Amino acid sequence: MTTVTTRPAGIRPWWIIGAAGFVILASIAGLLIGPISLNRGQIILDVLDAILPGSIDTTLTEQQSVIIRNIRLPRVVLALLVGASLGTSGASYQGVFRNPLADPFLLGVAAGGGLGATIAFVFQLGDGRGVLDPVQILAFAGAMLAVGLTWVMGVLGDRTNSATTLILAGVAVASFLTAIQTFLQQQNSNEIRRVFAWVLGGLNTSGWSEVLQLLPVAVICIIVLWLSSRTLDVLSVGDEEATALGMSVGRARAIIVTVASLLTAAAVAVSGLIAFVGLIVPHTIRLIFGSSFKVIVPLSTAAGAGFLVLCDLLARTLLTPAELPIGVVTAFFGAPFFVVILRTARLR
Amino acid sequence: MKFRVLIALLALTLIAAACGNDTDISPTVTGDTAEDTADEAMEDDEEAMEDEESEEAMEDDAMEDEEVGTADADAGGDAGPDANAAAAIAESDEAQTIVSLSPTATEILFAIGAGDSVVAVDAFSNFPAEAPVSELSGFEPNVEAIAEFEPTVVYSQSPIEGLDALGIQNIVQPAAASIDDVYAQIEQSGAETGNVGEAAELVLQMQTDIDAILAALPERETPLTYYHEIDTTFFTSTSSTFIGQVYALLGLENIADPADPDGEAFGFPQLSQEFIVDANPDIIFLADTIFEAQTAETVAARPGWDQLSAVQNGNVIEMNDDIASRWGPRIVEFLQVAGDAVSAIEAVPAS
Repeated sequence: MTTVTTRPAGIRPWWIIGAAGFVILASIAGLLIGPISLNRGQIILDVLDAILPGSIDTTLTEQQSVIIRNIRLPRVVLALLVGASLGTSGASYQGVFRNPLADPFLLGVAAGGGLGATIAFVFQLGDGRGVLDPVQILAFAGAMLAVGLTWVMGVLGDRTNSATTLILAGVAVASFLTAIQTFLQQQNSNEIRRVFAWVLGGLNTSGWSEVLQLLPVAVICIIVLWLSSRTLDVLSVGDEEATALGMSVGRARAIIVTVASLLTAAAVAVSGLIAFVGLIVPHTIRLIFGSSFKVIVPLSTAAGAGFLVLCDLLARTLLTPAELPIGVVTAFFGAPFFVVILRTARLR
Repeated sequence: MKFRVLIALLALTLIAAACGNDTDISPTVTGDTAEDTADEAMEDDEEAMEDEESEEAMEDDAMEDEEVGTADADAGGDAGPDANAAAAIAESDEAQTIVSLSPTATEILFAIGAGDSVVAVDAFSNFPAEAPVSELSGFEPNVEAIAEFEPTVVYSQSPIEGLDALGIQNIVQPAAASIDDVYAQIEQSGAETGNVGEAAELVLQMQTDIDAILAALPERETPLTYYHEIDTTFFTSTSSTFIGQVYALLGLENIADPADPDGEAFGFPQLSQEFIVDANPDIIFLADTIFEAQTAETVAARPGWDQLSAVQNGNVIEMNDDIASRWGPRIVEFLQVAGDAVSAIEAVPAS
């Protein structure tokens, strides 16, 4: 990760076309394949009709149309958004910390989100009536609180604000919050299945309201992180060198970590803890397309989006009509794929 | 009848033979088991004199005795107090102190009149109201915390390690697989607490009530379909589960059965939302009304669910989470509510 290549930074046009193609193909596959089989052509027409109301007639029944528009389509869109968020924040974290093991959950987002969600489950805060689900609010709050705590402890522990101190503070905070979460969960064993289901992630209950919650945060944060990719390239040479080049390392790191954490927390709030995407996607992109963050960050956004749509497709069709937790799918299919990429990249 | 008297006599003889002249009557480890055996033997004697029990209940009892008998033979192989002393203890039921770590076992014990012996229960045993309140965990049982209540018997859903060493008997009553299992557990609790008569009465009453509920159902050409919701992430139970079998009694067809055909999810799969909407069940039973506050209105508000015929026809039935997840005497109440919902849907003659 610390190796500096002299490859000219920049994204090539056909990479953008390829990335866009991957996302579009994955989305179409996600729309066409599902637990109930419908005429593929009619699905496409129905979605087009949803985009341009009243323009196209389809042979789908009203109920089938509702399934496509209100259940399957929002689920695919949410998978795109969550995957894009995790891919982008994972790439940014890896750049900011110059650590190959960095992923979006590095600073305690997962532990904090898990604690927040567990509190909501255990104290039965959800009545299913409000616009915002208390599980999502508390998961988001817990995730942000955890990162804040990590940041405070990291800065208190080390005036130089180095990346390593932050990472270690993150480990401590995550262990502490996980301990509280496990305690609560064991004290309330009747909620244990819901906690586990949430921890393994899933998009089964998602609808347009989740999409609308995540969309604004995701768009803004992803754009900010894309614009920060040049900063990440400078940071990759090391803190001292970056300072020598005139960069305020501490401030740059604070901004990127805050935005990436916000993005992760927002995604975690609506989807639970989907592991692996934020770790593997940016690595895969770097192994294939080189080490410039100007390339890694945007391509990780696209690859994360497409990858999660495909994983969710498997999660809802492998055991149809039963569901698999999506975290199981991302790890089970992502890990071997990553090993292959790792080996072929080394051989090159 | 003669067979039962014979078994009772045989048991008494065996105990007498095994015990020798030991006159120690304090309830020791081995004393406990001997006491139980004698207890049953006495019970059997009394019952043998009575002719009031129905044939069916008697048969069940006889089967139960055989099971319990073998268990005791395994456990009580060594010497215990002599038969007379053991019988003396058996006469006073107060000698038994019970800790119940299973909400179902608690409900059964109180329903058969053994509630007075129950000194502590697990945190989820919230019924009946007379049940003691204590924070023991049935999920991760703490033997020390249990021992503090000085029980002679602990009821649990899975075996608890460490009770043996303290001389505490552990009666394991796992999740029932069928209504017959429920009856068997009620009768076992009856036999163990010396409330055989009450247990038989309860079983008979349940059988009568259930028969009445089933008899009142309208005849149908095509079975109604249903979806039993355990939580808002669409976990459900298939027909292979206890609760699924209860619904099957009502002639209902479970939409979730294809989701776990080979039992890999132990009968509790998580369904895809679009599958539920597409399956369009005739009735939706909500077993997440307490823990997740679901109602017919919250279901109707879910995206796409307003299209479902169960929602449009008012057939979203709010069940009690607790009753739906236990296999005790209140299963009759459950069946009544579900049966009423089924009866409310007009039987359409096959076209």
